Amino acid sequence: MKSFTYERARNPAEAAASVLRKPDAKFIAGGTNLLDLMKLEIETPAHLIDVNGLALDKIEPTAEGGLRIGALVRNTDLAADSRVRRDYAVLSRALLAGASGQLRNKATTAGNLLQRTRCPYFYDTNQPCNKRRPGSGCAAIGGFSRQHAVVGGSEACIATHPSDMAVGMRALDATVETVRPDGATRAIPIAEFHHLPGSTPHVETALSPGELITAVTLPKPVGGTHIYRKVRDRASYAFALVSVAAIVQRDGTGRVALGGVAHKPWRIESADSQLPRGAKAVMAELLSGARPTRENAFKLSLAERTLGAVLTEAKG
Amino acid sequence: MQGPSDFELSRRKILLGTAASVAFGVAPRIADAQTPAVPVQAGAAPAISMSKVSFSVNGKPREIALDTRTTLLDALREHLHLTGSKKGCDHGQCGACTVIVGGRRINSCLTLAVMHEGDEIKTIEGLGTPENLHPMQAAFVKHDGYQCGYCTPGQICSAVAVLDEIKAGIPSHVSADLNAPAQLTNAELRERMSGNICRCGAYSNIAEAITEVAGRQA
Repeated sequence: MKSFTYERARNPAEAAASVLRKPDAKFIAGGTNLLDLMKLEIETPAHLIDVNGLALDKIEPTAEGGLRIGALVRNTDLAADSRVRRDYAVLSRALLAGASGQLRNKATTAGNLLQRTRCPYFYDTNQPCNKRRPGSGCAAIGGFSRQHAVVGGSEACIATHPSDMAVGMRALDATVETVRPDGATRAIPIAEFHHLPGSTPHVETALSPGELITAVTLPKPVGGTHIYRKVRDRASYAFALVSVAAIVQRDGTGRVALGGVAHKPWRIESADSQLPRGAKAVMAELLSGARPTRENAFKLSLAERTLGAVLTEAKG
Repeated sequence: MQGPSDFELSRRKILLGTAASVAFGVAPRIADAQTPAVPVQAGAAPAISMSKVSFSVNGKPREIALDTRTTLLDALREHLHLTGSKKGCDHGQCGACTVIVGGRRINSCLTLAVMHEGDEIKTIEGLGTPENLHPMQAAFVKHDGYQCGYCTPGQICSAVAVLDEIKAGIPSHVSADLNAPAQLTNAELRERMSGNICRCGAYSNIAEAITEVAGRQA
């Protein structure tokens, strides 16, 4: 691990300003992903700004009837919150399907959104990777690509976003709230928060330098049956091959977002409207333009069958 | 021929001796850092950033000055000489380093020691003693919940915290009803313990040990 200096930030604006002042500075909250990547020298910050003292750890109702989740709320606490369990069960379920108990106790809401891909070529510093070293190439294309993206990828990158939580939030139309070093705040719809790789796979989110996530807000509950179904190589503690976050209403309408298939939580609103026609119709739209590799083409039928199972379950 | 007992050698002393000589030959100044095997390049002065941290470990206040890179696990093992917590993968995948901080189990390998100012940390050494075992330790012995024992301190810390999580009503991936009290089924225990890997495969016995303690507590 490269040496770094360390400070504890006292308020969000100070933290954002401090990260701009120091070259190669990074925020650290739970640290479960950042520290892992620092050990491998994939992340090499020269300065760490510990944001754990920023009092962003509350879940509060919003004036619009939704919930405002502080950036530092731990995954365990978010999944266990009684309002989330009752009104946003797809988010609770998504969180509980991810990582282990130990990691969920540490991992934060904002950190979960910002976690990096688990592409093995991103982790292997001997391999080219356009995310890790822009312009060096992509070893996953033509390499072992069973886990990789089937849709939304590019010639530069076919990595997936590893989060379950973000897939649940995408189905719920969450909004990411931030503060910038000059104190300006903004709200980014989660659909626009994560970027597709394009020719710049190292630019993963809409955040500008020094911008700090302060909260994630959920709109008013939409009711319906909430299901998060995750398919993986073992029964627990593994990343998704495919996951489906679905909210299904009694009349068969609803929303679907997929995990494990793209560089971001994958949802296309026009595909939602196909829900009453069944899984095949939804996937024809949701995965149109998919370009799987020989090794991960199975994800297309796996996604359709998983959604089929989810819709059967939703009917009760 | 002299046997090892003549020198009172232990496996730990031999391992420590080996590690120390390797570190000495390469980079004596960073012997306490996380990656002592990485050589310091000639000409590049190792700029080490130190920071102080105070926390309580097993009820005792501790204050140490550390290289900021030091994980909580390395602080416990290498600085405070509490070697019960084990380093397995050092990447949060195996759970051998599990300790309880502020009542919650975490992977001590994936957190920096300096981030724990004021925290209350409990390790396996704080749960029980050989003379006065914690009920979970006694149950692991009774049910043979281990083979080589390397993952055991992490398994036991995790198991103790799991029962508290169930008591606190925290649901799991296998909870059928998110809004009902969490159940103490075998499936629940296995799901909740999935962050602790046992390469000897003592899982069935581990689940039996936890079930016994849970039953006693209920």
